[in-house]
Amino acid sequence: MDAITRKELEIVAAKIRLAIIEGTFHAKSGHPGGSLSIAEDMAYLYWKEMNIDPADPKWAGRDRFVLSKGHAAPALYGALAHRGFFPVERIPTLRKTDSILQGHPDMKHIPGVDMSSGSLGQGISCAVGMALAGKLDGADYRVYTILGDGEIGEGQVWEAAMFAAAKKLDNLTVIVDNNNLQIDGTVEEVNSPYPIPEKFAAFGFHVIEIDGNDLDQIEAAFAEARTIQGKPTCIVQKTVKGKGVSFMENQCNWHGAAHNKEQYDIAMAELTARLQELEG
Amino acid sequence: MADVIKIATRDAYGQTLVELGNEREDIVVMDADLAAATKTGMFRKAHPNRFFNTGIAEGNMMSIAAGLAACGKTVFASSFAMFAAGRAFEQIRNSIGYPHLNVKIAASHAGVSVGEDGATHQCCEDIGIMRTIPGMVILNPADAPEAKAAVRAAADYDGPVYLRLGRLAVPVFNEENVTFEIGKGKVMREGTDVTVIATGLEVNEAMIAAETLQAEGISTRVVNMATIKPIDKDLILTCAAETGAIVTAEEHNIIGGLGSAVAEVLVESGKPVPMLRVGVEDTFGRSGPALELLDLYGLTAPHIVEKVKAVLALK
Repeated sequence: MDAITRKELEIVAAKIRLAIIEGTFHAKSGHPGGSLSIAEDMAYLYWKEMNIDPADPKWAGRDRFVLSKGHAAPALYGALAHRGFFPVERIPTLRKTDSILQGHPDMKHIPGVDMSSGSLGQGISCAVGMALAGKLDGADYRVYTILGDGEIGEGQVWEAAMFAAAKKLDNLTVIVDNNNLQIDGTVEEVNSPYPIPEKFAAFGFHVIEIDGNDLDQIEAAFAEARTIQGKPTCIVQKTVKGKGVSFMENQCNWHGAAHNKEQYDIAMAELTARLQELEG
Repeated sequence: MADVIKIATRDAYGQTLVELGNEREDIVVMDADLAAATKTGMFRKAHPNRFFNTGIAEGNMMSIAAGLAACGKTVFASSFAMFAAGRAFEQIRNSIGYPHLNVKIAASHAGVSVGEDGATHQCCEDIGIMRTIPGMVILNPADAPEAKAAVRAAADYDGPVYLRLGRLAVPVFNEENVTFEIGKGKVMREGTDVTVIATGLEVNEAMIAAETLQAEGISTRVVNMATIKPIDKDLILTCAAETGAIVTAEEHNIIGGLGSAVAEVLVESGKPVPMLRVGVEDTFGRSGPALELLDLYGLTAPHIVEKVKAVLALK
């Protein structure tokens, strides 16, 4: 990796993970598990991939990001804060009554949030609308959206996928975060969405399968997506829910629960140790 | 009345979309496989590059419209009222309403005047559903000239608008160049004994009822309440104070629509006056010719006459 190194992105991802735990701990609620699984995506998108300007969040020519799995807002807020869209000091105000940091992304009040989201299945359609607007205007911006693997149970996801391929929206990259867990259990136990890559391929997408917690694979996938013409790209990424905190990894019950003080201290210690190790 | 011109408000919508498309590059129109019926097909023909058909996927259409609006487009998204306000409610609420995006939900085939298609397609709940979304503007024009003006007013307003349109060709009584101001009702006929506050095709019925009542010595004021939200409180309270009784008339369930909105204003004013509602009496529609159904469900002028007499008995 050039310009910004892989190590620097790993540092960013570690900081995002700390922000996720910090925010949800102080909120005494939130969705840390599925936030931790996309920390590498957030680091790569906001530090490397996307053409954005924190000083001008509404810049018309910017690349757009829609967090279709809006409950992973703590990861998005961590990225936006560390990228300079708003002060990092606001992270502990997550979900507080007087805070701009709503439980799910709010484009009206949070600098850098391109679309309000949280009701599953709708974000991908909004991203499709943005990509369509880009095509209509002959603009060269790109649009990115991250879906949960449980989220793709929503029929609207497939309505949006059908439309995106029919309209040849090659400026759209859809990421499916396949951490294999949703609220009520594994995705197979609940109502299996598998095989995911084949489904998106059948809907007309160029499909790339990666390990979504590996920055090199993320870089290669986004680079490949940029070369694809005439069809949207879907990156299906295997990730670990709760990634980075030992007792949270692959645990369904950390989908929508915050830590008590003891758990918080352990999680922060683990993540801080990782950050210090990276910063050498 | 033999020479009355009848035009459906959906036709006026289609024509005005074409004009707006000529005038403004930011106008984008969407439909969900009903372009011939909603009349967005007229825009498709004139501006094919700015028309998008999602196929039969109303929820997807609303969220895509939100994405387009977030990138600066003024989007008109059309379907039948049942599938716009009904099926796509949550997309309208969360993708459009919550971020207050510039999408106009233009819903045709509202009410029982859909006719033969029957109850599954006769939406009498849409005003009630849309009225509960914070910041949603609701327009329900009464005839073709007013519909044209309402479409333009919606396009000029920055934010979500629900525009209710009809399938049935209805009498034209407004001048071609009638103006439209969002949030303002209009006194169509002066009167001193009672006010009929009507919306949509009921305005014409109210005017006919007022003629009948005049012959019987009852002076009836008629208000065209083309904006259901924000409702014109001042006009309602003025009419209540000056005429002392109110009848509302709408092609919608009596629950949740214009009647409810007017009742809320009257009750909270501290100076309520006797009020009765003309509307679909909390029931589903059925198949039949539109004009027969309007009479069957108690929405024609003779029914308004009866309600006026009933409310006067309460004074």
